[in-house]
Amino acid sequence: MSKDNQILEEFTSKEYEHGWSVDYEADEAPLGLNEDIIRWISAKKEEPEWLLDWRLKAFKTWEKMEEPNWANVKYPKLDLQKIRYYSAPKQKSKSKSLDEIDPELLKIYDRLGISLNEQKRLQGIAVDAVLDSVSVGTTFKETLSKLGIVFCSFSEAVKEHPDLVKKYLGSVVPSTDNYYASLNSAVFSDGSFCYIPKGVRCPMELSTYFRINAANTGQFERTLIVAEEGSYVSYLEGCTAPQRDENQLHAAVVEIYAAKDAEVKYSTVQNWFPGDKNGKGGIYNFVTKRGICAGDNSKISWTQVETGSAITWKYPSCILKGDNSIGEFYSVAVTNNYQQADTGTKMIHIGKNTRSRIVSKGISAGKSQNSYRGQVQVMKRATNARNFSQCDSLLMGDRCGAHTFPYIDIANSSAKVEHEATTSKIGEDQIFYCNQRGIATEDAVALIVNGYAKEVLNQLPMEFAVEAQKLLALTLEGSVG
Amino acid sequence: MLTIKNLHASIEGTPILRGINLEVKPGEVHAIMGPNGSGKSTLASVLAGREEYEVTQGEVTFKGKDLLELNPEERAREGVFLAFQYPVEIPGVSSTNFLRTAVNQVREYRGQEPLDAVKFLSLMKEKMKLVEIDQKLLSRSLNEGFSGGEKKRNEIFQMAILEPTLSILDETDSGLDIDALKVVANGVNQLKSAEKSTIVVTHYQRLLDYIIPDFVHVLFEGRIVKSGDKNLAMELEEKGYDWIKEEVANTAV
Repeated sequence: MSKDNQILEEFTSKEYEHGWSVDYEADEAPLGLNEDIIRWISAKKEEPEWLLDWRLKAFKTWEKMEEPNWANVKYPKLDLQKIRYYSAPKQKSKSKSLDEIDPELLKIYDRLGISLNEQKRLQGIAVDAVLDSVSVGTTFKETLSKLGIVFCSFSEAVKEHPDLVKKYLGSVVPSTDNYYASLNSAVFSDGSFCYIPKGVRCPMELSTYFRINAANTGQFERTLIVAEEGSYVSYLEGCTAPQRDENQLHAAVVEIYAAKDAEVKYSTVQNWFPGDKNGKGGIYNFVTKRGICAGDNSKISWTQVETGSAITWKYPSCILKGDNSIGEFYSVAVTNNYQQADTGTKMIHIGKNTRSRIVSKGISAGKSQNSYRGQVQVMKRATNARNFSQCDSLLMGDRCGAHTFPYIDIANSSAKVEHEATTSKIGEDQIFYCNQRGIATEDAVALIVNGYAKEVLNQLPMEFAVEAQKLLALTLEGSVG
Repeated sequence: MLTIKNLHASIEGTPILRGINLEVKPGEVHAIMGPNGSGKSTLASVLAGREEYEVTQGEVTFKGKDLLELNPEERAREGVFLAFQYPVEIPGVSSTNFLRTAVNQVREYRGQEPLDAVKFLSLMKEKMKLVEIDQKLLSRSLNEGFSGGEKKRNEIFQMAILEPTLSILDETDSGLDIDALKVVANGVNQLKSAEKSTIVVTHYQRLLDYIIPDFVHVLFEGRIVKSGDKNLAMELEEKGYDWIKEEVANTAV
């Protein structure tokens, strides 16, 4: 074994830090999936008739669909009848305010470093905490509501703002969109809802923290963000799950709607349990994320740092419908051990002078497989559309794989589309150079990897960027020398 | 300070160094010269601890310690500095960030408090003057897009910041024009002190006009075949290396 590999070996053997779980009494649906389960979930959530109908319609569509198999990932098929579609911690009373949340649940979030106590929190970030199938609390709701901003759990939005939910639910990702999105539409249990009224700049970062705790349970949440004309919001998403031997399914849907002159920035630091170093267990992260720049001059920017999940299947996309609208996708995807990631984006240019930018940085270590899959589509009336894509791959060791699958589809001759791709190996020379200046190998790797991912990390809000840097180093710890 | 005894080293089974003996005392400047392929850069790499080279025989002591027992970062922290012939590029990592990490790891090893950002910046400002390096260069990614001269200047700047006791300059003059050469040499000379030693590895005598060596050694086929003072360098410049080769051939007979 070469020295390079030895170092990689050490560097990739780091344990997952959020692998613990907590026992609490849960309110659960029976295992399995059928129409009755959907009715059960909908009744549990006291939903209006139209939403139940919407779910059932999605379920009927889904039943006729096939699980997609075009992604560059291999895994034993999940038995969807052996999954529980709803599991919620039993709360002593229905908590109306944060003070009434079961202290045991608050402890879970404290342990994750997410305090739901508004006084203790860093000013400037409001959190919606989703545990298994339900939201357990949302902070700073009142502060935000003074500006007319709605930030609450999806269930609450259905009750309090039915018209908004009805108008936008499924407007970007229809319930017939794809296998996992349709499944989500049928069984989704909770998630976050965010509405920024016309002309309002949201004064703090909004965030959702997803935690899966229960075993044999899938998490199916929906996030819906609506930014009205001239508004701005920056949204963060974080996630972790306990270390379990069996695979768990997370099939979420995120929809973003940006009206004229609106801007939405969506950042994710994904740290689901990736499976152990032999590839046992881990989350299947099959997620549909899409935003529409519906109005002129609007902008949607996705930034993701993907370090977790056994399998990632995720393509945050932008539909650039409004003239002069802008779509961005910045991604760092790290895979280690036996992780597999097939991730990228779609930029659909419909409006005139629309611009998109894709920066994807893959890092593969161990025996992992890391694929970028991206589509740039320029429609017939999208005069002067511009796209720039950059897809870089960094390999650590010689047993991992990096793949790039760009699809470019142009129907307007005025389009300018650029694609750049590089593949590099973390060099012994670079590491030796750092060593020679007194820097230990592990710190050298962290330095080089963070440097490589810098363009993406720079897009993250400050606190998140620091977290992400540490996470990158941690994920790869023990894997190079 | 540095004692090399009968050092043999090979790469992928091919012997390159075949019995080097050298003694460097504090404050001395030694020049290692020799034709291409004589093992000059290998010697520099072996001293710094590059793993591709296998030491098959001999010993190296540095400040009383067995240098060959130490890994590369420990050697660096003990005060061995190698100015690289071809400094690598590290995209996305600024020189400033890189050096601060290095300085603080070295300080930690020596039991010193880490330097905070303010103190580190003032240290940088002070040393920048030595090699006339522009601050803008230091906020750019390490060596990325630097010209040959800028890279070498940056090496000497790092040397100034890290204050090594033994500096090894590996062909620092290659690729430099005369002005850059003067700046680099001037930096090196200002860093000289009674406690610090320098080994200058070079093919040409040119650099030695500016960094005056106390000793000049000629390396040929992995051995030091001739030693002298700075006049030896002049002689080599005038006559080339062929006469040395002949001399060696004659002694062998």
